[in-house]
Amino acid sequence: MTKLDAKIPEGNLAEKWTKFRSSVSLVNPANKRSLEIIVVGSGLAGASAAASLAELGYKVKVFCFQDSPRRAHSIAAQGGINAAKNYQNDGDSVYRLFYDTIKGGDYRAREANVHRLAEVSGSIIDQCVAQGVPFAREYGGLLSNRSFGGTQVQRTFYAAGQTGQQLLLGAYSALQRQVGMGNVKLYTRHEMLDVVTIEGKARGIIARDSVTGALERHFGHAVLLCTGGYGNVFYLSTNAMGSNVTAAWKAHKKGAFFANPCYTQIHPTCIPVSGDHQSKLTLMSESLRNDGRIWVPKKQNDTRKANEIPEDERDYYLERRYPAFGNLVPRDIASRAAKERCDAGYGVGASKMAVYLDYAAAIIRYGKGEANKNNMHNPSDEEIQAMGKAVVKEKYGNLFDMYKQITGEDPYEVPMRIYPAVHYTMGGLWVDYNLMTTVPGLYALGEANFSDHGANRLGASALMQGLADGYFVIPYTIGAYLASEIRTPAMSTDSEDFVAAEKAVRDRLETLMNIKGTKPVDYFHKRLGKIMWDECGMARSEEGLKASIKEIQALQKEFWSDVKIPGEIDNLNPELEKAGRVADFLELGELMCIDALDRNESCGGHFRTEYQTEDGEALRDDENYAYVAAWEFAGPSKFNLHKEELKYENIKIAQRSYK
Amino acid sequence: MEGHLNLTLKIWRQKNANTAGKFETYQVSGISTDMSFLEMIDVLNNRLIEEGDDPVAFDHDCREGICGMCSMYINGRPHGPNRGVTTCQLHMRSFQDGETITVEPWRASAFPVIKDLVVNRSSFDRIIAAGGFVSVNTGNAQDANNLPIAKDDADEAFAAAACIGCGACVAACKNASAMLFTSAKISQLALLPQGKAEASKRAQAMVAQMDEEGFGACSNTGACEAECPKGISLENIARMNREYFSATFSSK
Repeated sequence: MTKLDAKIPEGNLAEKWTKFRSSVSLVNPANKRSLEIIVVGSGLAGASAAASLAELGYKVKVFCFQDSPRRAHSIAAQGGINAAKNYQNDGDSVYRLFYDTIKGGDYRAREANVHRLAEVSGSIIDQCVAQGVPFAREYGGLLSNRSFGGTQVQRTFYAAGQTGQQLLLGAYSALQRQVGMGNVKLYTRHEMLDVVTIEGKARGIIARDSVTGALERHFGHAVLLCTGGYGNVFYLSTNAMGSNVTAAWKAHKKGAFFANPCYTQIHPTCIPVSGDHQSKLTLMSESLRNDGRIWVPKKQNDTRKANEIPEDERDYYLERRYPAFGNLVPRDIASRAAKERCDAGYGVGASKMAVYLDYAAAIIRYGKGEANKNNMHNPSDEEIQAMGKAVVKEKYGNLFDMYKQITGEDPYEVPMRIYPAVHYTMGGLWVDYNLMTTVPGLYALGEANFSDHGANRLGASALMQGLADGYFVIPYTIGAYLASEIRTPAMSTDSEDFVAAEKAVRDRLETLMNIKGTKPVDYFHKRLGKIMWDECGMARSEEGLKASIKEIQALQKEFWSDVKIPGEIDNLNPELEKAGRVADFLELGELMCIDALDRNESCGGHFRTEYQTEDGEALRDDENYAYVAAWEFAGPSKFNLHKEELKYENIKIAQRSYK
Repeated sequence: MEGHLNLTLKIWRQKNANTAGKFETYQVSGISTDMSFLEMIDVLNNRLIEEGDDPVAFDHDCREGICGMCSMYINGRPHGPNRGVTTCQLHMRSFQDGETITVEPWRASAFPVIKDLVVNRSSFDRIIAAGGFVSVNTGNAQDANNLPIAKDDADEAFAAAACIGCGACVAACKNASAMLFTSAKISQLALLPQGKAEASKRAQAMVAQMDEEGFGACSNTGACEAECPKGISLENIARMNREYFSATFSSK
């Protein structure tokens, strides 16, 4: 078994990053001009990395499968971005953000990476404001903050319910500026279908032009995968339709270890499934838990309408179970609590697989507050309602509109129905402190890597990590590798390795087209999703996981003999693109179950029913499982486990409590 | 509450940019009113695949109204009959049983058709690349709160920044003008102190690129504002014109 070297710098935790930056090898400006970097993916991590590296003088190529880099799914992040600015004077600090993130991750993240993340968090806000990102502000003109789950300070910066959109458009602007200056070459509607390695180092990619179907070879001295998470393995998730694991999975098959694949985040506040036709799930921002109260009826199978159930017959179960954090417990805990109530027969709505998120109390509270402000001494109920609704509209209007659009119900009048849904994947390609995978020259940034969130990510931390990796980490850490590459000239893509890689990609596409089976791709994707949701979702068991692995293997065989792909290989063919992605999901799903089965403990988003405390909380086993599980691909259905031991030198590891 | 619809669809089919296209008619039945418009197209496509036909190609990604990728021209209106929503957020409860629905791609010479309902909108990326940014490199920024911005200005900039770059404004315009899109970015940055230093240069560069891409002129009809799924205001065009003309008059 090889020992994984995370390359964590020596020294005190708080000094590691500063020392690293002062001692890492530099590449002089003249040499940067002859070094080429490929960036795959154009979300927060990809766009910020590409723009920053191009500003430094590197030659950058950016690839995205969408028609524009601005479409990347970071755009859909709603609630906000954390930063340890302590603008609210409420006791925040770099250490507290670090501590909250490690604890929120249920003590399964790497200390040094998380501390670095907290250190650079403030610079992200500065950078975004300088770019013209219109964050929410107070009347005095300064930036506004709100709270998110798993914290007791207000450190979340936001732009209404569209924070991800505004941050991505900021990074996209910076990227397009470099495109305009000729420092970045953009390849839209291109999908990366393999990494090319030469003598053990990543040297380029094979990409397919989705419009013409042509395969292209691209050289790079380094390749950065900024390709997001793999939540769509569950078929239904809050991810975009096109979000996929293909780039990361191809890298995995070329030698990059895949870490903690079973760590999946199921977000507690999503709009429930309405029927079999459903193609995706929609998140209702966690920020709604700032003011909304979550409840179910105290009576099982209560068929009354929400507004007909009197106050004393409602069970505000999060406030009851977790008085210290109440409705703002971390996501994994809120999701499991909702599942527990619904499984026990207290669920609401037609499917009974939903709980209420109620704004009635907040509307009255805000209404009374407005009456006070306006010196109204005896406001009528109608006046309170009207003023309260106006405040809620200002804060959450776009989310309420979206809910109404999708469900046809008005959340200002009746409580929203919500249920957990797959949202984010903490697992991803294993990377060292420099964000390099186990393949030299191949990096993973943002959600595509595993490094910062442990077994559960806190709200408003994904945007922080994506931008930290791209703006403030990779521009430094890539020097450690590229400084030794300055003597490597750009390589011809006519070499044997490139030609062979392209041929393998072509063969696979032709094999898929030639199956000519009977079932569309979606049929297999839905079946995989159901297996994953039932057995590798919010609750997992040894028995269920063992059965799932067999089922998935059988489904893989069925897919490769019976999938039906229409159209042509050399034209725009969305079904062919989907087929390639689902084929990879089928292999990843198997590895996720293997990883979940191997981890005989519960932690964060990974909940094994055999390992829980008496009151149903996750029961960790720090003695045996305080490690990162990094899986090596060793052939079809064969994966070797490597362990990176997690050492906590600055935090006392404890049972996580939000009570 | 959920109901079911039987519908006739007239959909534009076009193999690629070099082939002429035409409408094809399809019947779909048992469509749940809880479905989104795109999920209804999914149902049609899975049937076409099973029958051995080529499914309808269309752009879509986030399906929650924010990425700006979906782009259907439905019954003569971009993103369909409802105001303030994208096609992915349009639900079938907005249609009647037995209705005939016509679906076309965005029509504009600066948005050439790639296949069926998919068009090429990379001209928008080039307009942004011409000047839709603040020229600040990573690492140059001062502390964020050193630059107070009046809430009203910040809110107005945010309203302009809400543009999702879908191109509905161009599709709605009889001249296929991109003024609303271009002006939204110019306005956002001109309203903020960070963007003021290069406001004139930005307006000139972006307008020049817009013209070069072949978008039409603005004749103040206002269809763009009416059809914009994010409610981007026509005032942005007035602001852009101010920036542009002041830049032109003061240019050396």
